[in-house]
Amino acid sequence: MSKNPQPLKEKHGAHPLDDLIRTDRIPHIWCSGCGIGTVFSSCLTAIKATGIPYNEFAMVSGIGCSGRAAGYIKLDSFHTTHGRAIPFASGIKMAKPDLNVIVFSGDGDLFAIGGNHFIHAARRNMDMTVICVNNLIYGMTGGQVAATTPSKAKTTTTPFGNPDAPFNLPLLAYAAGASYVARWTILHVRDLTNAINEALLKKGFSFIEVLAPCPINYGRRNKQKSLDTLKLYQEKTIIRNGADPARADIDFDRGVILGTFIDRERGTCDDLYEATCRRSED
Amino acid sequence: MHIIESGNVAAATGVKLARAQVIAAYPITPQTPLTEKLSEFVESGALKAEYIPVESEHSAMAVCIAASTAGTRAFTATSANGLLYMVEQLHWAVGARLPIVMCVANRGIGAPWTVWNDQQDTISQRDAGWIQIYANDHQQIIDAVIKAFRLAQTVSIPVMVCYDGYLLSHTYMPFDVPEQSKVDSFLPAFAPTHFLDPENPGNFNTVTLPDIRPGVDGEMAPGYIEIRHNLHQDLRATLDTFVEIDKAFEKEFGRGGNPLVEKYRCDDADFVAVCIGSLSYQLRDVIDIMRENDVKIGVMGVQMYRPFPDKAIVDALRGKKCAIVFEKALSYGNQGALYADIKAALYTSEKKPRIHNYILGLGGREIKTQQLLDALTASCTSPDTFEDTPRWIGLKL
Ligand SMILES: Cc1ncc(C[n+]2csc(CCOP(=O)(O)OP(=O)(O)O)c2C)c(N)n1
Ligand code: SF4
Ligand SMILES: [Mg+2]
Repeated sequence: MSKNPQPLKEKHGAHPLDDLIRTDRIPHIWCSGCGIGTVFSSCLTAIKATGIPYNEFAMVSGIGCSGRAAGYIKLDSFHTTHGRAIPFASGIKMAKPDLNVIVFSGDGDLFAIGGNHFIHAARRNMDMTVICVNNLIYGMTGGQVAATTPSKAKTTTTPFGNPDAPFNLPLLAYAAGASYVARWTILHVRDLTNAINEALLKKGFSFIEVLAPCPINYGRRNKQKSLDTLKLYQEKTIIRNGADPARADIDFDRGVILGTFIDRERGTCDDLYEATCRRSED
Repeated sequence: MHIIESGNVAAATGVKLARAQVIAAYPITPQTPLTEKLSEFVESGALKAEYIPVESEHSAMAVCIAASTAGTRAFTATSANGLLYMVEQLHWAVGARLPIVMCVANRGIGAPWTVWNDQQDTISQRDAGWIQIYANDHQQIIDAVIKAFRLAQTVSIPVMVCYDGYLLSHTYMPFDVPEQSKVDSFLPAFAPTHFLDPENPGNFNTVTLPDIRPGVDGEMAPGYIEIRHNLHQDLRATLDTFVEIDKAFEKEFGRGGNPLVEKYRCDDADFVAVCIGSLSYQLRDVIDIMRENDVKIGVMGVQMYRPFPDKAIVDALRGKKCAIVFEKALSYGNQGALYADIKAALYTSEKKPRIHNYILGLGGREIKTQQLLDALTASCTSPDTFEDTPRWIGLKL
């Protein structure tokens, strides 16, 4: 967090993503060591790489530290209510089918309070890209157990360890009907950026889970400094494109599978609506 | 025993002393530390209860409804949008006459987002049928939580204990923690007459028809409108019940005596400031300043807002020149909700005082003592020339 960004800029020149960032909103709220910024910049780089004009994108976030992304991007963006990013995004897509709609939000927002919307948008194959920053916790409210918190992990609402099992997000997305499903970590920046780029260009419901550290509210209670988490991402992950999502649960003792799990063609919500409900004309 | 702790911890300690059995909650600022504390109590064994970290507020209230129907003492807590997300279940809990207790750390509601204090969240739910009690300091928070459990189970109506977010939830104050044995004798175990019991099966909350019809026992059973009428009658009777419970509390713990409204220097006053929550204590400083300048003024905090203590308020304002109502919420498109309620209550009374309305502090806008002094001075100087529409304090348009 620079107190005075101006001299830095003079020294280093403008940041290559400055045209996509609301620099007037910087410094951002993210803690040092937080993984969200990396996912955010991967997302912006991927947007650039599509070559699609910026005014053909819209970004929607729910509430959480990850959700703040919508306020920092220099595109049309919505910071919605907690859990409701996907229905807001669906509304945008229905009204303006030509827009590329990106949902950028946290694991708690998308899979706890908003979980229901995720499965239905995937089932209907809504043409959008959902990027989930999975830091295994509700970061913003101070580190309470989430639907993605590993078993036995310590949180402020499970001080002696989480008794519940977390979601396997790639499996959930696949089972619900997503067209594209991938998982990366913030250590795998190139793969992540490529995956987001692929997802943006893919027709249908694309889902990318990104493992990212929350050193403040997850790491601290589970004896993981930021760097320890990155080491885990390096040493305990296995890249296996095309792997069975049923094997994608997050277990760092056994190894966590990364890669593109699913890349398939299915009629999108729009296509099927056209084909089914507008047929009377023929 | 006196301790110095935050308002959220005062609330959590009250819940522990009341021996809540099922707690279900979802985090939201500024309520979060309250439920974190409860999960700590449960995990350490200090409180024998089930703590369920549900995936949303809607589920939190649904769990409380089920737990209460099964005959256990259920508790949750929330703020702002969390409260609004539970609204369907809020109304259900009342209609099903379940004695759930919920704390609300008051916060402004979005859009636009704000995490700071005002009271629009709970005021917007004033017509749900929940009993609403407001605490002005940490002692009142812990005491109100304990009283709330007894009140809820006495009248079979859920109770919200509300306190200002940050101003009370996150500040530290000394307060007395009642002894467990005394709380146990004040608050008998919850023993409902009807509850989910496999030994004695029953159908709960089945569909009613517009008219009455025979129940399973062949007797005529009330229809929807009768059930709702009874709820309203019971809510009205709750005003007296709460006064009695407060008396019993005072006998046991030596604190209380102002269950419906809390008056400060009102007896000989010509002017009375009226408000809800911790603002009434801030206003006491202003009252003292004005008293030094020979303005006969007092302040009244409304402790129970629903059911509305209309008689207590009318009595307190009888013979006064002017009531000045300060609100951190409003009935949008009309006026301050409390102002409108007080005006309605005064309608049938003789010798009505003038009444003024100020809106302030929305979304956590700082309330300065000087601003309160200026507003009260304006009202006291020209009580007869005020408009029947709220004035806004501290607006920077
Ligand atoms: C209806 C409602 N309930 C609760 C909250 C409080 N809240 C804000 S963010 C958040 C959790 C965010 O977790 P996640 O989506 O994982 O985002 P992170 O902060 O970890 O990036 C919660 C519970 C809210 N804003 N609205
Ligand atoms: S609390 Fe966690 S998720 Fe939020 S900004 Fe800090 S490190 Fe990131
Ligand atoms: Mg998270």
